Formats: sequence, structure tokens, C-alpha cells
Amino acid sequence: MSRKLLYEHINVPGIETFEVYRQKGGYRAVEKALSSMSPEDVLEEVKASGLRGRGGAGFPTGMKWSFLAKPEGVPRHLVCNADESEPGTFKDRHLMTFIPHLLIEGMIISSFALGAKDSYIYVRGEMMPQIRILEKAIAEAKEAGFLGENILGKGYDLEIHVSPGAGAYICGEETALLESLEGKRGNPRIKPPFPAVSGLYNRPTVVNNVETISATVPIINDGGEEYAKVGEGRSTGTKLISACGNLKKPGVYEIEMGLSVEEFIYSDEYCGGIARGKQLKAVVAGGSSVPILPANLITTTANGEKRLMTYESLAEGGFETGTMLGSGGFIAFDEDQCIVRNTLNFARFYAHESCGQCSPCREGTFWLDKVLYDIEYGKGSQSDIDLLVNIAHNIEGNTICPLGDAAAWPVASAVRHFREEFEWHISHPEEAQTRNFGVGPYADPLVSTVTE
Amino acid sequence: MLKVTENQEVNFSEEMLAQFGEIVSHYPEGREKSALLPIMHLVQKEYGWMSVNAMDKIAEYLNLQSIEVYEVATFYTMFHLSPKGKYVLDICRTGPCCLVGAEKIMEHIEKTLGVKEGEVTEDGLFSWRGVECIAACGFGPVLQIGPEYTFYENLTVEKVDQLIAELRKKEQEK
Amino acid sequence: MAENEKKIKIKIDGIPTEVPEGTTILNAARQIGGEIVPPAMCYYTSLEETGGKCRTCLVKVSKGSDQNPKPMPKLVPSCRTTVMEGMEVENITNPDVLEARKGVVEFLLINHPLDCPVCDQAGECDLQDLSYEHGLQETRFNYVKRTFERIDIGDKIQLHMNRCIMCYRCLYVADQLTEKREHGVLFRGVKSEISTYIEKALDSDFIGNVIDVCPVGALTDRTFRFKNRVWFTKPVNAHRECDKCSGNVTLWYKGEEVLRVTGRKDEYAEVHEFICDTCRFDKKKTSDWVIESPKKVQHTSVIASNHYEELKPPSVIKENKKLQESNKEQLSRSERYK
Repeated sequence: MSRKLLYEHINVPGIETFEVYRQKGGYRAVEKALSSMSPEDVLEEVKASGLRGRGGAGFPTGMKWSFLAKPEGVPRHLVCNADESEPGTFKDRHLMTFIPHLLIEGMIISSFALGAKDSYIYVRGEMMPQIRILEKAIAEAKEAGFLGENILGKGYDLEIHVSPGAGAYICGEETALLESLEGKRGNPRIKPPFPAVSGLYNRPTVVNNVETISATVPIINDGGEEYAKVGEGRSTGTKLISACGNLKKPGVYEIEMGLSVEEFIYSDEYCGGIARGKQLKAVVAGGSSVPILPANLITTTANGEKRLMTYESLAEGGFETGTMLGSGGFIAFDEDQCIVRNTLNFARFYAHESCGQCSPCREGTFWLDKVLYDIEYGKGSQSDIDLLVNIAHNIEGNTICPLGDAAAWPVASAVRHFREEFEWHISHPEEAQTRNFGVGPYADPLVSTVTE
Repeated sequence: MLKVTENQEVNFSEEMLAQFGEIVSHYPEGREKSALLPIMHLVQKEYGWMSVNAMDKIAEYLNLQSIEVYEVATFYTMFHLSPKGKYVLDICRTGPCCLVGAEKIMEHIEKTLGVKEGEVTEDGLFSWRGVECIAACGFGPVLQIGPEYTFYENLTVEKVDQLIAELRKKEQEK
Repeated sequence: MAENEKKIKIKIDGIPTEVPEGTTILNAARQIGGEIVPPAMCYYTSLEETGGKCRTCLVKVSKGSDQNPKPMPKLVPSCRTTVMEGMEVENITNPDVLEARKGVVEFLLINHPLDCPVCDQAGECDLQDLSYEHGLQETRFNYVKRTFERIDIGDKIQLHMNRCIMCYRCLYVADQLTEKREHGVLFRGVKSEISTYIEKALDSDFIGNVIDVCPVGALTDRTFRFKNRVWFTKPVNAHRECDKCSGNVTLWYKGEEVLRVTGRKDEYAEVHEFICDTCRFDKKKTSDWVIESPKKVQHTSVIASNHYEELKPPSVIKENKKLQESNKEQLSRSERYK
């Protein structure tokens, strides 16, 4: 069993209530931070922990916090990004549903470190049930003196507000989120200025993911150095992985970073292998935005090394043969799945979610969707394949925000690794309507060697 | 431009206005526009959809131009710009749910309800639509129903039939 | 410019210049002038917060500054990136920039109706010029384009949404020049549109400026509609005493008749003194105006047909095969005009 830093008590009945959470040692980190640490001490612990943003970008959290401008007399804000919308990712919803006080505790510690007195949790509107859960948790924490004025008598005031979105993937981008929180359309802002200087209401702001903020709790409880001992290299600590697709046991798993991908897929402690005795064909390892990899590149790198669940190992091989840890949305495709169809589905998704501000994303995502639709429904031509690659290339890196890259990478990587399947689709338009290409040359024929 | 074919009487009750006030208090003074999204959710919960009257009244309450509310209402997919059934079934149509059968579930719902995506059943009870990922991929196929947006997970054709039957029964008993 | 104002030294396509602190790369390039100026479709100097959206002005920052000489990892919008001491920028001397720009032009055109023969903007359209100078010669988009219905927003302005490239300039006009904004961007992604949502006339003393700032034929003057092709008209600068605006305008003549009135546009098609709707729509007699002089016609205008200037490439292009290839179309065009 790997260590659980966030989910140690996730199965304790009633852990969603303040009472049980507290009995299990909850809010100790707040007591410790407020009574024996300065905001700078908290920042130093987070820096020492090596914690990296869990929303997808993997940017060192301590560094992000240290960029926060602190002009005299201007309020600063912490905003929690709970707009979890990346296809394949459902860890934040899980955490907020089952152990909401972990997030609230993390919010208090982080707000204290940043000197924020009004902090916001921006939750996507579809998660109305989770919004109710968080509101209840906040009320309980306030009742117990962990929120409000003069917390624990230590002179620190903090209010946490929950604010809903209303159906827009783009609001997961931090500046679009801030726009939305200000009651506007979720159009990402043109940077600079960055939120650390001018964020919510033009005030210095830090935006962090639910899991990132929650991870400050074990960091303060055990110390940053202890946290950094868990994991592998620059991928410290644990990570919540949302596993879905054709797996025997999909769900949210807390793993120690450094676990092998093979063990994660096949061992009974985690996903238990592929559902219905099928063969693995492909994996999207970090949410729909990251490059898709065929089965034979996901468990081992192109160099033949074991691939691990870390930021570095998943990226090994660059865009040629690697992918990214992203938000930890792990999607497994079995031999019956059609890569063309899934690529179309993702392209449709990004076209639907583009805010429409900048031309490469607005027009490019629309175009990708059209070309893929034709290929999927038997009207494509072989030249469309290179066209797809070229459109993706023209979007990538040229947009206001990362949604352009997120739309381009899945298409580019699907063509890179599954070109035969696209070609077959086009050369066999009728057959492709009745059956799938199958596992093709993509799966490693070796049966898993993991034993319990 | 939207062709407005329907509208409705909108008068916010004392209770709603009190809720609005509470929401506005979460944001700094002068930043009342921040309350727009949560207030729109409340209004849609009460009136079922976002009519022009409703949006104009919200604009008036928050001291905004009407266009600012229209801009927001058309940006976010949760706001209905035309009347919908009492129960709107939002079925996830994104990749991971499709790997485990979401498309079949949608086909079944269309057949069972006998209306196309976005339309309303004759009894006014149901609408359905495909929505993008609602962050429950490990428990797909999944749908949710407003205004509380309750999640229904690991859907099968049987579970969907049962859900629709239960909702119908609940309405008949009223 | 105050003498003690701090000056920043930068190089664009190898050409050194000095500009005040806070200047954007685009404006620094405009100070140099000529072929190294990036095209801009959404940025507008006299409207705050514009820019960054169309992505036609992307350039490569090959050296960030003297202090941090690392190149910037991605291409940056030159209209929203300010200069740093020692910064080095590549525009037409960087093949990636030209390739990206070509891509952006293609993106802007896939949903554009290409109805130039019946468009009132033809001849003074930034998109026409842009695609002439940077576009591909064939289309790779074989699908149905997105379409909208044409709407009249009041009796003076027509909105032809199909032609819109979503520069957002007209929204900034309403925000910054009028008392209240009544039109906006509705929906999102490729479905986004400039609209009033429900039919509504835009009414304000300065709303007519949306016509001048529109880089394409999406917002046109209904009082000029189909009256004439712009290249048959003669622009003349004129002024009048006006209590609402400066009264400095351009009159567009056909024979003795004033067909329309616009603000005065500079060589980048930007108006710096916005005019009021009375001057624009209600003063169409020569006797309303004091005539100054014929307007200098810029090379970017079809009104000056055959006035396209020869490309004078910086020497670095002449010595570099790859750059010659990247600038192939522009170079061959200058050959034709010789």
C-alpha cells in the first residue's frame, strides 16, 4: 500500500462532517500555522515540499506564491480553481464531495500564507451538490472558530466564499476564471499582467487547484521536507489520479508519485487491469489535452525504461514518444475503441469550449472538428490527414491561452501514433462504419508481469 | 441575434431579493457584477429559463446594461435561452463517457422521451441534451438533472427507464 | 516628448531604434516604418485595451532584454508586448513568424464570405490587404461557412456579421465613447457574434465610429450603402465648427456630391480624432464644410491602384535562402510591380 497524504481517512464514515474530520486530526495544520508560524514560514514549507500545481501545468506552488505582489493597502486574494472540467479528470469533485474540510483547511493555511482575507472557491456550476457541501463545511468551520474574525484568537481574519460557474471549460484557465468570478464572460485575459500582480478586481491574486491547496495540509502537518521525501525526483508527494475508460476499477486513486504506469493499470490495488478481459490499445494519461499514447509507449518509454507516474517520466521522449501528467485524468482505451472517433469527440469538445476571442483557436478548433467529422463518417480524403496536422500546427503556440494547445495536441498526437488507423478509415469508408480498426500494431503483446 | 418568440412575467419575490442581497454581500463594494452568475442560477431555478424579461430585471437589480447579462447568458451553457421541460436531463457526451456507452444512453433517452435534443415533451416534463464533460468520468455514463444538478452515475438503459418512470410518478402524485 | 524620458534601445529585424519606455513592439516598428511593421487587425491605438486577439501581429522575440537575453518561448503579439532594453525582435526575418501569420490569415478567411464584389468595404478593407499580402492562393477549407443574418442596427448602421473577424474594436468604441454599450458579443467560439440580442437600434452621438474602426465590411454606413465603389470616390480633408467633436473629417466625393463622411484615417487605417454622428451622417453638403486639401492616399488602399510599393527587403533577407523562400510571395509581387 502506498502512503496516503490526502486520502488517509477518506473511507471513515462521516469524514465529510467537521466533527469526524476534527476527530481524525483535522485542522491541526491550521492550529500549527496560526500559532507557531509566520506567513513566510508557511511559504518556506511549501517551497521545501516541492509541491507543483495539480491542475495541469505542474508549476511549483511555492514559486507561484512568491511572485504575489504585496503593495501597501491593496487587498490580496486566494482563489481556488474548482472548475474541474478537463475530460478524464474528476478528482476535485471527488475530494470536495467526500472530504470537503480538507480543502477548507488548505484554504485557511494558504490564505494565511498569502495574507488574503477574502478567499474564493470558484466551483463549476454543474457541481451544485458540491457547492452545497462546501457551504455547509464553511459554516461548520466558522462555527468552530476556524473562519471569520480573529481565528483561534490569533488575530487573523478570513472569509471563504463559494462562487459558481455556469458551464464553460475555459473558466478553468486562471484568467478566464477571474473574469467569470467578476461576473463576465469567461474570456482569458491577455498576459501580462499576470494575476500575481493584477488578478481578481485588479488586485494581486493567486489561483490554485483544489488538490494543490489541499496538499498544503499534510505539508504543514509533517513539514515540507517530509512531504518531499514522498515521490520521485522533482515529482514530490502524492497525486490524485482519476482513472476512467475501459478499466476494471475506474475511480480516484491517491498514488505516491513514482509508481509505475504498469502497476497503476494492472495491479489490484489500483485499476485492476482492462475491463472485460480486453487488451489495452491506448492511454491519455493526463486529461484530454495531453498527447495520446499507444499502449506500447505508455508502460515503457521509447528507450525501453519503465514509465513512471511522474511529471518527468510521462514526458520522457517529448512530443515524439511521450506525454504529460497534466491533471492526472487517466483514460484507458481498449481494443474495441476507435481512435478516429475519439479524436473527433475531443475536437468537437474543444470547438464547443473555445471562447472565440482569438482567431487561431476560434477558427482552428472549428476546422479540426469539420475535417475529423468527414474522416469519421467516410467522407475524408488522404490529404486530410496532413491537413489536420497542419491546422493543429498553426493553432499551437499562437493563441491567447493554452486552450489552443489543448485542442491541437490530441489531434497531432493521434495522427502521429495512429496514422494507419486514420488512413484505413479513409481508404475503407464503408467498412469503417461497421467495425473498428482494432488494436492494430499499437499494443505491447507482452502480458502484464505485475504480481501482487 | 436571437429571435425572441416567448417571454414571461418576472417579479422577484421578497425572499428572492433577500437571497440576492446575501449573494451580493460576498463580493467587495462596487463589484456587485460578481453576483451575476449566482443570481442567474437562482432566477433560472425559479423561472425555468432565461427570458429577456428575467435578464432585464437582473440587469436592473445589479445596475448593469442588459447587454452585459445577455453576453453572459449566451456564453455559459447552463443557462436556457428558451423554455425547457421541468426536468432537463444533461447527459455527458464527452470522450470518456462515450468509451463506456454514453452514445447508446443518449439514443435511448431520445427514443424514450420521443423528443429531439433541446425540445420539450408534450406534457412539459422533460427535455434532454448532450453536455460536455461533467467531471464524473470514472462513473460514466452519467447524467444530471437541474435545478439541483443531482448526478446519476453508471447509467444503463434500465436505470434510465427507472429514473424517468420515477420522475413521472412523482409528478402524477402531486 | 520630455527630454529626460527614458529611452529604450531595441532592434526589429536588425534595424535599431530608440523608443520611450512602455512602447509596444508594434508601435516601435511603426516608428521605423516600412515592410517590417507587423499587420494589425484588432489593435487600435486610440482605443484602450484593444489588441491581442487577432494574432496577425505575432512576432518572435529572439532576445528578451540585455538583462535576460533568453528568447521568449512562443511568438508574442507585438501590439501587447512592451519593449525592454536590448530586446531583439524578428518579424519578416523569421520564417516561423511568417508561417504563423499565413496560418492566421487563413483562419480569418475560412469563415469569411469573400463577398468582396458586393461589399462596401472593398478597396479599403484591412482583411483584403492582409490576405493579398500574406495569404495562401488556394483554399483548403471545403465546408459550409458559418452564417448569420444581416441586421440593421438603427437606420444608419448595418451589421453584416458574416464578415466580422471578432476584433472587438466596436465594443471598445461603445464602452469608451458612448454613455452606454448596447451591443456586445453573444454566444462563444465560432458561434460568437456581435449583436444586440434582441432587435435594437444603437443610438448615441458617437456610435457611428464603429463604422470607422471596423477593419472589414461588418459594420458599414447605411447612408453610403451601394452608392459607389470606394476607389471611384475622391477623399478630401475638411473641417467644420462642431460643439460635439473636433469636426476634422474626410469627405468622400463623387463629382460634386459628398457620398459619405468619415474620420481621418492614418496610414494604419486608424482614426485618432473620433467624429460625432451629426458630422458623419447629417452634414453632406460641401457648404457644411471648410475644405482643406485632398487626403494623401496610402499604399494600403486600392484607391491608389497600382501604388503598391516595392518590397525593400532588409539585406539580411537577400543573403538568406530560407528567408527568401518565406518571403517568396511578397518578393515576386514586387517583381510584378517593377
